[in-house]
Amino acid sequence: MDPKQILVVLAHPDDEGIIGGTLMEHAQQGAKITYICLTLGEMGRNMGKPPFATRVSLPMIRRQELKEACQLIGIQDVREFGLHDKMVEFEDQEAVADRVREVIEEVKPDLIYTFYPGHGVHPDHDACGAITIRAVAKLPADKRPVTRCIAMTPGSYAVLGQPDFVNDVSDIVDLKIQAIGAHKTQFQLMLGNYSQETKDRHRHERLWVYRF
Amino acid sequence: MKSIEPARIQQLLDQLKGQEVYIHLEMTTGAYAAHRGEAKLAATAFITNATVTYSQGLIAGDGPYRVGLKTAHGWVFAQGLTHWDETETSRLIAAGHDPDGKLVVALQIAQEPFSSHEED
Repeated sequence: MDPKQILVVLAHPDDEGIIGGTLMEHAQQGAKITYICLTLGEMGRNMGKPPFATRVSLPMIRRQELKEACQLIGIQDVREFGLHDKMVEFEDQEAVADRVREVIEEVKPDLIYTFYPGHGVHPDHDACGAITIRAVAKLPADKRPVTRCIAMTPGSYAVLGQPDFVNDVSDIVDLKIQAIGAHKTQFQLMLGNYSQETKDRHRHERLWVYRF
Repeated sequence: MKSIEPARIQQLLDQLKGQEVYIHLEMTTGAYAAHRGEAKLAATAFITNATVTYSQGLIAGDGPYRVGLKTAHGWVFAQGLTHWDETETSRLIAAGHDPDGKLVVALQIAQEPFSSHEED
């Protein structure tokens, strides 16, 4: 598979880091990536250490961090949906799915990345996955792009089986970690102390294809 | 963010009392607390831009600090406040951060609603 246009639908700035290596490879192979980021992660707990962000300044800081991370990954087109962090599941799901569908019709992706509904751990991740699946499901079966999902729950293997796609990104793992580190307010949470263990953890990216 | 200076917080609380103000009140363990085993229960509560009028607002404690606002029919209370934005002159932006810098509790009071997408 050699995708030309990719759509990524995730909930918070820094979620893209989970599949940062895979996205970098797509970008290096010439794919155009559109990234719908549903919220600005403005209710995040991590405010830097020592804390330098406030509830008031955090959204703008995270918007800037997102921009830097996307530049490093090679994502050219970021669409902020402006939903409130933690509130995605309380929005009108059909209305948000329609907004996602409009972007699908506009950019015509041949591949979509999102969260696996029910396996996101964070309620925003689950809602994000469910909304994206809902949007794709509206398309005629033969027009649905392949949809690869991130699963984060400890039980994901037991429920979903082996991932359909295990991508070894060892050769670009340093650049991937740099893109994750662009989220400075979130940096400590995401990476801990930069160590061999951190590096090993980010070598493999696992994705499950959603079966409609 | 600076460590709380109680006298300056008290000054803001006095300045904002007796009028309708917007408050943001929040407490959170973080959405991943149970997933990571940091707590047995991941819990969060927040209310954004609730309007209240308080007749008395006081800061108490030796740090971390407590703030109580007395309203016509009840109270607004926050405990564990450690930091505030010292550049603010007309609104209170205070929070409690744990030793990792993570926000646990927040209390904000202003004459205008807080925007979640505020420009700098």
